[in-house]
Amino acid sequence: MKRKFGDFGGQYVPETLMYPLKELEEAYEKYKIDEDFINEYKYYLKEYVGRQSPLYYAKTLTDYLGGAKVYLKREDLNHTGAHKINNVIGQLLLAKRMGKTKVIAETGAGQHGVATATGAALFGMECTVFMGEEDIRRQKLNVFKMELLGAKVQPVVSGTGTLKDATNEAIRQWVKLVEDTFYVIGSVVGPHPYPTMVRDFQRIIGDEARQQILEKENKLPDTVIACIGGGSNAAGIFYPFIEEEEVSLIGVEAGGEGIGTGKHAAVLSDGADGKVGVLHGMKTYLLTDDDGNIKPAFSISAGLDYPGTGPEHSFLHNTGRAKYEAVTDQEAVQAFKLLSETEGIIPALESSHAVAYALKIVPEMAKDEVVIINISGRGDKDVQTILNVI
Amino acid sequence: MNRITKKFQELQSKNKKAFIGYLTAGDPNIEKTEEFVYALEKGGTDIIELGIPFSDPLADGPVIQDAGLRALNAGVTVDKIMDLVKDIRKNTEIPLLFLVYYNTILIYGKEKFIRTCEEIGVDGLIIPDLPLEERDELEKIMDYDKLCLIPLVAPTSKDRIRKIIDGCNGFVYCVSSLGVTGGKSNFYSDIQSYLQDVKENSSLPIAVGFGISCRDDIKRLEDHVDGVIVGSAIVREIKRSKGDVIVLKEYIESLTK
Repeated sequence: MKRKFGDFGGQYVPETLMYPLKELEEAYEKYKIDEDFINEYKYYLKEYVGRQSPLYYAKTLTDYLGGAKVYLKREDLNHTGAHKINNVIGQLLLAKRMGKTKVIAETGAGQHGVATATGAALFGMECTVFMGEEDIRRQKLNVFKMELLGAKVQPVVSGTGTLKDATNEAIRQWVKLVEDTFYVIGSVVGPHPYPTMVRDFQRIIGDEARQQILEKENKLPDTVIACIGGGSNAAGIFYPFIEEEEVSLIGVEAGGEGIGTGKHAAVLSDGADGKVGVLHGMKTYLLTDDDGNIKPAFSISAGLDYPGTGPEHSFLHNTGRAKYEAVTDQEAVQAFKLLSETEGIIPALESSHAVAYALKIVPEMAKDEVVIINISGRGDKDVQTILNVI
Repeated sequence: MNRITKKFQELQSKNKKAFIGYLTAGDPNIEKTEEFVYALEKGGTDIIELGIPFSDPLADGPVIQDAGLRALNAGVTVDKIMDLVKDIRKNTEIPLLFLVYYNTILIYGKEKFIRTCEEIGVDGLIIPDLPLEERDELEKIMDYDKLCLIPLVAPTSKDRIRKIIDGCNGFVYCVSSLGVTGGKSNFYSDIQSYLQDVKENSSLPIAVGFGISCRDDIKRLEDHVDGVIVGSAIVREIKRSKGDVIVLKEYIESLTK
């Protein structure tokens, strides 16, 4: 199994973690081609998550924009309200086969934590979620949900008390608990094999979208747009289109208050000063100061608030296969409102970034062109945030 | 000959074990760090590890994490630490190592970092997040006679031990447990046979670290190794005594005598 995407990815971790990573890689290689495993994964995606998710033709939005035809991939309709659950089901089924009885996870806004707590409840596993103190304060509802689902939320006080610190702590704890504990990473980040494995569990989004658009339009899409923080929903929807050079792939980063202000979470977009470095066991583009210390990311959307991105995105960026663009908080909020008003769909603030970029390019495109926007999650969780800014 | 190799040979000829002490550079400030280095040496330390603070230290526990944060808040930078070493080298030939996370090296510039270390008289690098699989990108620009890359092995390394040590120089850093630094004497259950295993697979001296906090810990382990590494306990003592250099020297003496 390839450890790197070009120069990116790898396993930049303490030696103590090499054993559990090797154990995980071996198990994943074995089960990803095991028919029972694949069937069980598909069973739960269909019967529990509610897949497949629709590829919805957004006619009102299309008419409003007056350009290309806009389709929405409705990951917001999944159980727990986002794409995160696809990956959690995959990793937990793998954990069970590896004989692990406990799981740990890290979470920022709480979506991955809620998904992991949900899966752990479903499969009868003990679950601990590491969450920064600051995020616990900001995301009370999700903390309550995790606890309702039987998970323990472990506050992390080190560093900035946010996602990157929760991730550090989960990695540290995993080493000590590794005999009976599986670490569920929530995005296409971390040491190999996580970025590959999480992408594989999320490619269901792209596999479905590809088949659905061929049925509806009898052709591949011209453009696929997805938001990107760590980048798992984007990796999932992009992957089945990578070989099709005519399909343009666009990842939309969180531009926060504007790239020029320094208050953003973008590392790949023009003007974002992402540097190639190492964090959380992977080599990728990061926000760092001149001494290599990680700078805090900033976004109105907690799910995009990560100071780096998945290594495969760094690779797609360097090879030019995918394009990465940033939109501001304000543009994302406008897109949030517009999609709610035109289509009656309240998207997650993360997904609103993808919508916001579509608003810029769709009017310029020809009417026979087709754009798919990945609506990675629903916006219930963000209503309070929106209330505060409008 | 590299100062680390020379030091181990010298100690072995006297049938002594190496005491390796750790300091977070810049905690509480860079001037104090220089005084601490001399205090450690006077107290009987044979080799000194200087930690370059990093915002996200994966291998470290709360004591060293907090020290790093204090140092960063006090405005320490990699360049200031390089200047510090340059000054220290005017006064002592004690072997000096950097404990540095890989991102610091990458962002500073690999080539520039290595050449600067060689020029100012650093003798070795301990990079806790650069395992065997990733180290070739650095190895090919290093000259071990000037600057060693200290290999780290863990209780779970097993059949990796020989490969990890192969081609390295200086000494082998044996991690005593499966957690992070500063855990309380919570050593790997079968630590003696693990250290024996490393010894058999290594032509280099071996030293053990992580969670060694008192004279008893050292006594328990020193027969099985060529050196012991004490980090969090020293950092804790510095914080407790509010950076009192005399207290620090006496504390080191209590561990080395």
